Amino acid sequence: MDVAFIIETIAKIVVILLIFSALAGLGTYFERKVLAFMQRRLGPMHVGPFGLLQVAADGIKLFTKEDIIPQNVVKPIFKIAPIITAATAFMASAAIPFWPQFTVFGYTVHPIVADINVGILYVLAIMAIGLYGPLLGGMASANKWSLISAARSAAIFISYEVITGLALLAPLMMVGSLSLIDINNYQAGGITHWIVWSQPVAFVLFWIAAFAETGRTPFHLVANDHEIIDGFGTEYSGMRWGMFFIGEYANMFFISFVISIVFLGGFGDGTIAGAIQLLLKVSFFFFFFLWTRAAWPDIRPDQLMWLCWKVLMPIAVLNVVGTGIVMMF
Amino acid sequence: MHHEEVFTDRNVSESSAYYYVDIENYPTTGWDKFKQVVKRTFSGELFVGLWVVLREMIKFDIHTVQYPLEKLPIGPRYRAVHKLLRLWESGYERCIGCGLCEKICISDCIRMDTRIDENSRKEVTEYSINLGRCIFCGYCAEVCPELAIVHGQRYENASEQRAHFVIKDDMLTPLDMLKAGEQAEYPGFGAIIPGSDASVKKTPLAY
Ligand code: SF4
Ligand code: SF4
Repeated sequence: MDVAFIIETIAKIVVILLIFSALAGLGTYFERKVLAFMQRRLGPMHVGPFGLLQVAADGIKLFTKEDIIPQNVVKPIFKIAPIITAATAFMASAAIPFWPQFTVFGYTVHPIVADINVGILYVLAIMAIGLYGPLLGGMASANKWSLISAARSAAIFISYEVITGLALLAPLMMVGSLSLIDINNYQAGGITHWIVWSQPVAFVLFWIAAFAETGRTPFHLVANDHEIIDGFGTEYSGMRWGMFFIGEYANMFFISFVISIVFLGGFGDGTIAGAIQLLLKVSFFFFFFLWTRAAWPDIRPDQLMWLCWKVLMPIAVLNVVGTGIVMMF
Repeated sequence: MHHEEVFTDRNVSESSAYYYVDIENYPTTGWDKFKQVVKRTFSGELFVGLWVVLREMIKFDIHTVQYPLEKLPIGPRYRAVHKLLRLWESGYERCIGCGLCEKICISDCIRMDTRIDENSRKEVTEYSINLGRCIFCGYCAEVCPELAIVHGQRYENASEQRAHFVIKDDMLTPLDMLKAGEQAEYPGFGAIIPGSDASVKKTPLAY
């Protein structure tokens, strides 16, 4: 392990942290704007041109707000819960290739923090740990709404982990590797090689599960404003609440990357054009998260469980079995 | 950019656009439930929803009124902060100091003071309305025999001080505005009915 490698890795980590923290902020701006336009409103307009500096204003507000720890909460757990959400979201990004490798001044940079051979498994596992943020935060809050939200989040995340795993199993059987780079290279032959054509069912299932994993509408019942206020975030204020937020938005970006890489060819053959395509795909998936929020209603927790265990899981299992049979012959 | 609402008759009548939504009975048997699920899954309703919001985004027909910068038009009969009007020809104040408005005001918020001036005319020296108590009922405008006190269109009357009553100078049409013809007759509560000129008879002088 030489020094250059360590420095490079640290640099990559810092860059990813900075870019995605900023993107999480900008994500809130885009979300407000897109939702506003879809509802014939203007959205933020007053801070900076077209409200662009709203992000900065929000950031200043969150950083300078008093960090309130309510009296009856379980203090240590209450304090670390938001950190779990934010940290796991960023930890998951370690195995995601954001850009094809490129060469600067004769030095080849791999824009992935760690190309481990179990990449996708690692991403899923860390995202699953992200469950502890809402769960512990909600349970430690001494607030009934938070408690309901914690229970819901535990149920949803655990159920939909099953869908994510089973949906990914079929493509992974075809690729034969868990590394996201390998999955990407498997589809490098262009648009006809994309896994979405051979595994459309897995694609749809994974996409649906992504909504549950990130807790977005129509599966937003972890923090459904009109039922349980802000759910696990109700008692939080200032930057602790902000960390939940950053975690949520970073998660949306990372899951968009995962969908694009696993099913839609990722950055293809690794040229600049391929890399830009990857960004376009990610933007589309991110936009879709906002789009559904404007268009679709939320569903009830029991409907969500019903959907998971009675509809999606059987389909996912059948999909895996079908893929196996096709691959055997 | 924004769209201005035309003031129309908004009364809800039987011929208006309300109708009952047709809701089917919920399925009871398992097979019916299954059919409903399949029907709902493949009817593409979710995509209709997606299309509707996307269409609105593309059309970009924004309805936001950026309030302090833009304002919605307000109904001409709206009862906001009062105005005292002047006579068109002479520029005298219309108020004759009869005190009817002070008397009728149900929240007892009008105060006035009068005196007889050099020309033996009754002059209104003080006239104030405590807007903190006024309920904008419009009785004062209705009772005024001279159409002197009317309601204006100024609805932004937030203030840091309760003592910011509306005093006479705030309400009275300034002379230069009157000369510029900017004083508007009030069509609302207590105003003359349109066409009432026709029903005025000459005072018979033969008493
Ligand atoms: S509007 Fe009604 S409450 Fe207000 S000053 Fe006139 S009579 Fe009094
Ligand atoms: S009712 Fe009219 S004329 Fe009489 S005092 Fe009031 S404002 Fe003046």
